[in-house]
Amino acid sequence: MTFGVRSARVRYGDRTAVDDVSVELDAGSVTAVVGGDGAGKTTLLRALVREVALDGGTVTAPDKDRLGYLPASSGSWAGLTVAQNIDFVGGVFGLAGEALAARRAELLAAAGLTAAVDRPASQLSGGMRRKLGFCMAMVHEPALLVLDEPSTGIDPVSRIDLWRLISETAARGAAVVMSTTYLDEAERAARLLVLDRGRALVQGSYDEVRAGFVGTITRDRAAVRPHWSWRRGRERREYWPDADQPAGQALVEPDLEDIVVALSLAARNREGAAT
Amino acid sequence: MSRRDTSRDTSRDTSRSLLRATSVTHRFGDLVAVDDVSMHVEPGEVVGLLGANGAGKTTLIRMLLGLLATSEGEVVVLGGPPDRARRRRLGYVPQNLGLYRDLTAEENLTFIARAYAAARPVLPPDLAAYAGVLVGDLPLGIQRQVAFVAALCHAPEVLLLDEPTSGVDALSGTRLWDTIRAESDTGVGVLVTTHNMQEAEQCDRLLLMSDGKVVAQGSEGDVIGDTTAIAVHTDDWARTFAALNAAGQPVVLDGRAVRVADGDVARLEQILAAEGITARLEPVPATIEERMLVLARGEADTS
Repeated sequence: MTFGVRSARVRYGDRTAVDDVSVELDAGSVTAVVGGDGAGKTTLLRALVREVALDGGTVTAPDKDRLGYLPASSGSWAGLTVAQNIDFVGGVFGLAGEALAARRAELLAAAGLTAAVDRPASQLSGGMRRKLGFCMAMVHEPALLVLDEPSTGIDPVSRIDLWRLISETAARGAAVVMSTTYLDEAERAARLLVLDRGRALVQGSYDEVRAGFVGTITRDRAAVRPHWSWRRGRERREYWPDADQPAGQALVEPDLEDIVVALSLAARNREGAAT
Repeated sequence: MSRRDTSRDTSRDTSRSLLRATSVTHRFGDLVAVDDVSMHVEPGEVVGLLGANGAGKTTLIRMLLGLLATSEGEVVVLGGPPDRARRRRLGYVPQNLGLYRDLTAEENLTFIARAYAAARPVLPPDLAAYAGVLVGDLPLGIQRQVAFVAALCHAPEVLLLDEPTSGVDALSGTRLWDTIRAESDTGVGVLVTTHNMQEAEQCDRLLLMSDGKVVAQGSEGDVIGDTTAIAVHTDDWARTFAALNAAGQPVVLDGRAVRVADGDVARLEQILAAEGITARLEPVPATIEERMLVLARGEADTS
């Protein structure tokens, strides 16, 4: 089963938060939606879980009882213990008694939270709290798992742990979509969608994105055309959409960050030229 | 012996070090939060401080800022102890930015400049349009730029930045780095604490902390050291992942392959053979995060 959105558009007043975005979410794979603050990631994910109505386009997603959602805000109740949080959500989905206890034990063991089972959520570290939120979204074994910035602000070791849980969920056959501001996480997903100001800047597997990148990127101490350049460490990178870089410029093999910045610059420079 | 090593390490002229910690330790009761750490930041240098939660980064920063006393060792900031007069010459941008969300950008700058007895800074032209907007209503990337303008208003000689580009898009991130580099080019020393590997790549030099100690420093390659990961290429990543995960290996998905940090090829082959999975195992350099994971697992084993 493939879930996703097609030609999705969401407006808030006169602002278009998501503009003609399509994405397919395959069973057994992880899709990363990447972009900064205001890119439209949360709106797209909320449209997918039907918390936001589309102004155009279509959503294909399972019913509530087969849909798991971890919102960006918290995902757990601070005053409840780890066990109470899971039991509450489990109860909503009709789990009780031994079935619930078994599911709770399984989830907490996978997340490394077994020792914290009686601790209030308010006393967990940021990484542990996100893992608890993940367990709560997973309690009913959803066919589509939607995670809004599960790894933002948590430390690298917890991030790897969370990525292992996400991988495990996909390995068991669920479709997983997660938003992130970290490009290295997007590189590890089977498919990535880069959003920039509500629009899809680029999408596909990381290999497809690299193969489809048009133009060249050079590096030097200073840029030839400053408005086509950006900083990377002590050097500047510069994008040549028509591969018309001057002779003698050092070329770089672009990574995802280079590609995303280059395409963002191209979009802004095109708008600048049009106005 | 260790003292002699330290002096050799600093044999070049470091009298101008902007920040210097020498064998500093901080104990909270029985807990050694920072354990015999020596580090320095030179003029014009951007140094990245990495480490998992609890590695000691925050405690070290608080000692450098003079907000926490050292149990042992010495902190020298701008040539002397980190007292109030020297603290005024530092600039700090915390992760939550330290701006008042219910004041406008301009009101924030007025307030902060007065606190430092500095002239109120002028917003750069690309931010001028946001002067009268409540900070809480601004996009995060703009908020971060305003926080930078505020932190720079008193011309600090050292900048301490906590994940300066976290949460912003890649292009806005590179613009924030332009601001940071414009400062370091004039001789300002910058210490960046970060979880973000893109930020780590922007630094001149990295320090990796684990369990209160600096365990590696230098370039990204120096920090990763000889830690490797094994990339496992198969036709069926899901089964491969499940088998390795069930065997307790620190496995993560990487596109259509899986990776095992610090994996032992013979052991992995054994696990996969038992499940009847054919795979090609390729040792690859670890990422900085994988290096941290290996360090964290080592700590868990010894504690």
